[in-house]
Amino acid sequence: MTLSGSARWALRLFMAVGLTFIYVPLLLVLVNSFNGDRTFAWPPRDLTTRWWSAAWENEGARQALLTSVQAGLAATAIALVLGTLVAFAVQRFAFFGRDTLSLLIVLPIALPGIVTGIALDSAWRSVMGDLGIGKGLFSVVVGHATFCVVTVYNNVLARLRRTGTNLEDASADLGASGFQTFRYVTFPLIRSALLAGGLLAFALSFDEIIVTTFTAGPGVTTLPIWIFNNLFRPNQAPVVNVVAAVLIVLSVVPVWLAQRLAGPEAGASRT
Amino acid sequence: MSFLHRHPRLRLAALLSAPLLWLVVAYLGALAVLLVSAFWTVNGFTGEMVRTFSLANFRTILTEQVYRNVTLRSLGVAASVTVICVLLAVPMAFFMAKVARPRSRHWLVIAILTPLWASYLVKAYAWRVLLANGGPIESVFGATPGYGLFATILVLSYLWLPYMILPIYAGLERLPDSLLEASGDLGARAGRTFRSVVLPMLIPSVFAGSIFTFSLSLGDYITVQIVGGKSQLIGNLVYANIGAANNLPFAAAIATVPVLIMVIYLVAVRRSGALEEL
Repeated sequence: MTLSGSARWALRLFMAVGLTFIYVPLLLVLVNSFNGDRTFAWPPRDLTTRWWSAAWENEGARQALLTSVQAGLAATAIALVLGTLVAFAVQRFAFFGRDTLSLLIVLPIALPGIVTGIALDSAWRSVMGDLGIGKGLFSVVVGHATFCVVTVYNNVLARLRRTGTNLEDASADLGASGFQTFRYVTFPLIRSALLAGGLLAFALSFDEIIVTTFTAGPGVTTLPIWIFNNLFRPNQAPVVNVVAAVLIVLSVVPVWLAQRLAGPEAGASRT
Repeated sequence: MSFLHRHPRLRLAALLSAPLLWLVVAYLGALAVLLVSAFWTVNGFTGEMVRTFSLANFRTILTEQVYRNVTLRSLGVAASVTVICVLLAVPMAFFMAKVARPRSRHWLVIAILTPLWASYLVKAYAWRVLLANGGPIESVFGATPGYGLFATILVLSYLWLPYMILPIYAGLERLPDSLLEASGDLGARAGRTFRSVVLPMLIPSVFAGSIFTFSLSLGDYITVQIVGGKSQLIGNLVYANIGAANNLPFAAAIATVPVLIMVIYLVAVRRSGALEEL
């Protein structure tokens, strides 16, 4: 349709306002991490890097970061294995209940987090508790892996649909063993899909708070839990703000990686 | 390997056993236990779970005013967030897909995507600072809405806006320009073309986006705690009944409310073809 010049300008203005709405809060956090005032008086009167060094020396924040990275890596590893297995099964085989299975994989992320959280919590307490395994980092990893499987599954499934089985058949015709075919043909084909899916899984796990609240044992504090616990303590505000600023800066990394890997679509499948 | 190769059923079993054990036994099992426990009760004196079938929890939820109010409030919040997101997302997605040059289109998509990777908690926190008394909003505009239900709706809309923009953008990108030109050639002005050609084709995308905005808002209880002041949504009730009240059966019964609403919503929008747009 032919839009009049003024309609174009109106839309352009709307887009600019929308982007401002999206980015101003994030920029504010970045600026406030240098705000010399403890209560973020606005506009900032003096700028300082003292909160950054305070955050760096904050034992709780560092410990929480470490816990988050451990939980994220473990959950991503499990999700990579399980997600790839299911993707191969769904794409290469026809079996009873296949559609139900692909729905089941989406379920942990489609249901409200609090439902997944209390389901895992009560099951853990009644089953694993009887076995003598209390809640700890392991239960967090189990909870995270449950909803991370879907990201790997989606990415690998899409890749398998696109590539088909011709190359694998050719490899087998040329006398390669099943292992060789996987090592030299299948794996290279799905490698970037695994990377994209793994990246999404890690990001989901790293950001998760609701399921974590219900599955974390005493003393297990991931970074989001740490932020939430310190959010309402006024004297911790500057350090919380620096941690928030770091997380905003870090969020550019996966987008940049996804760009290098596969163009903008790779980052679009966040859910 | 060759043994497996000759037995596809075995290969399938090898592929599926671990994931099925995890998802069906661990996750579905947990969900089933949760659903069943909604029909249990807790002994008021000992705090022990009474594992006998009872509809007492659901009777309380249906009859007591406070639960009806909280459910209606949560529905209202989820609906407002969805409407706000649609109103903001349609013009932005339209600009991205049909007005912007292809080169800047690519960067606009990235600009919308990047905040999705920033932590949910960090974004809610940013708004807590923005809305605070004496915070940036007050010093720029002279007044702040403060913490409360309005702030909750505002922040939830902020959080889920990209989830609405992306499916609408994808839908608009698939809409051929020739259709818009044909409409123009037949004498329709821009407004008429938008109403009669663009909007009807956008409905599935809008519903797809609304599944995210609606469901994510319905289950949320963190944002409400951060910027909601004293307001309570369904999630807060569930959380309070697990934590302070230690009444898991009742929490499970309340948690079935958003699940039920979501199932009804999914069935309702399925006819529009929204689920294929996800």
